[in-house]
Amino acid sequence: MAAVTLLKTEGLRRRFGGLEAVGGVDFTLTAGEIRAVIGPNGAGKTTFVSLISGRVAPTAGTITFEGEDVTGLPEFKRVRRGIAYTFQITSVFPKLTVFDNAALAAQSALTGGAGFGHGATPAAIEARAMEALTRVDLASRREQAAGTLAYGHQRLLEVAMGLALDPKLLILDEPTQGLSDGEIEGFIALTRTIATHATVLLIEHNMKVVMDLADRITVLDHGKVLAEGTPAEIRANAAVQAAYLGGSA
Amino acid sequence: MSRAVLLHVGVIALLFALQFVLSDYHHLTLTRVMILSVYAIGFNVLFGYTGLLSLGHALFFATGLYAAGLSATYWGFTAPTAFAAGIAAGLAVSLLIGAVALRTTGVAFMIVTLMFAQAGHLATLYFGDITRGDEGIVLPEASRKFAMLGATVDLADAGLRFNLALVLLAVTIGVSLLIVKRPIGRVLIAIRENEPRTLMLGFDSFRTKLFAVVVSGTISAAAGAATALAFGYVGSTFASIQYSIYPLLWTLLGGAATVLGPVLGTLVMFHLVDLASGYTTASLLVVGVVLVLLVLFFPKGILGTVRARWLPWLP
Repeated sequence: MAAVTLLKTEGLRRRFGGLEAVGGVDFTLTAGEIRAVIGPNGAGKTTFVSLISGRVAPTAGTITFEGEDVTGLPEFKRVRRGIAYTFQITSVFPKLTVFDNAALAAQSALTGGAGFGHGATPAAIEARAMEALTRVDLASRREQAAGTLAYGHQRLLEVAMGLALDPKLLILDEPTQGLSDGEIEGFIALTRTIATHATVLLIEHNMKVVMDLADRITVLDHGKVLAEGTPAEIRANAAVQAAYLGGSA
Repeated sequence: MSRAVLLHVGVIALLFALQFVLSDYHHLTLTRVMILSVYAIGFNVLFGYTGLLSLGHALFFATGLYAAGLSATYWGFTAPTAFAAGIAAGLAVSLLIGAVALRTTGVAFMIVTLMFAQAGHLATLYFGDITRGDEGIVLPEASRKFAMLGATVDLADAGLRFNLALVLLAVTIGVSLLIVKRPIGRVLIAIRENEPRTLMLGFDSFRTKLFAVVVSGTISAAAGAATALAFGYVGSTFASIQYSIYPLLWTLLGGAATVLGPVLGTLVMFHLVDLASGYTTASLLVVGVVLVLLVLFFPKGILGTVRARWLPWLP
């Protein structure tokens, strides 16, 4: 099967005052892959995916999704096209129940973001929300206020909201941060099942997760692509080692 | 029927029954309270559920009031048409104001709505030839009489007026309940709780907020039109800042983001002011003190506190 390009960025830049957080990134994502983006702290990883999701506007460059230029689209329109983002700093609705959190994502997907009307019967919303909650094993906590969940469970709720959107591209920003080892195992298995339907873009610090899951890895450093390749290639790359260990390449 | 629906039907039935036991004075007060609680319910859609504090709702109330009152006075509209004119004008004005004011958020939104309402109030004074300003206009008696189902309906009749006000209140409670219980209500609350996240779920929050402003403004205008027609008077006071603050106060007292809170808040505040004016001419001082105490000790209001402590299912 020929590789289909899902997402492409060209010369993507974002400057915050004097700091160029993302400095001209050319990046191509193939449909169906699991791609990890790694890099030292401050490498521009979160800014990079924020540019893709539309939370942050680029200073220069273009973003193409499924062959169409989405650079100028606001975030909610990108979500509707199939780019979902789960937050690095957990951003569920703390006062709403676990169910309502997932239901919001479900009704957005069912109505194309209108939130009400065609296709979004309460029963259809409930079915879809519960399916997502079941996949992350939170169905039994549906009536609990999301803000009272343990941190790891809030992370999983974030993932469930991403799932209920049924995106083409799911961006996971440090999803395993704060999870226990057992939960991380569960998360790896879950991500594999997600990847059968969607392309996954993963920002991750946990190298075990990255090496286990990623088909390819992109290494960012100082806002630029330092290296790109399979896990084995990245492991053997001297420049990557230098960036992580602080030596000179 | 869920217990929530049952409760609201029960409240409406209770209000219906009250007309047979109340004195003339309390009968009239309750008519007023019912119409003004429609206004408070409208305000609550935007403030309680969507989390947008407008300080200019008097503009919407007065739009309905004047559209009904002036069309009855100058164009000879009878009550049903004048009422429809009030609602239509409220819809148009809230759409326009919403589209402009929603470009701001937070404090700026409060200021912009306040300024629009002040402009509206000044306009009612400026065009004094038509509105007769503070002095106001007493509506022609003929405009408050109309034929319905073969009978003549006269809005000066206290019993009839009471029941029409009750119908309007029942419909508004129904609309409010419907919005809250349907998926759209969940989106409104999501915007209140975390708007950036709501956007990242694919919702166009601007359009949803505009929807909330239009529903809120139109209900407020309906209350304004009903006030004009039920009591046969329109005047600039209804467009003043006071009438922007009242619904906030009623909603806070009864419980923001509860369907019945605004109704209860209006009722309690009316009786409180009534009681206070028996002792002092500074009854507005009582209003102020109540507001301060509320914010300090009961930020959730009466029904908000009841919901938090005892009845989590209360919509």
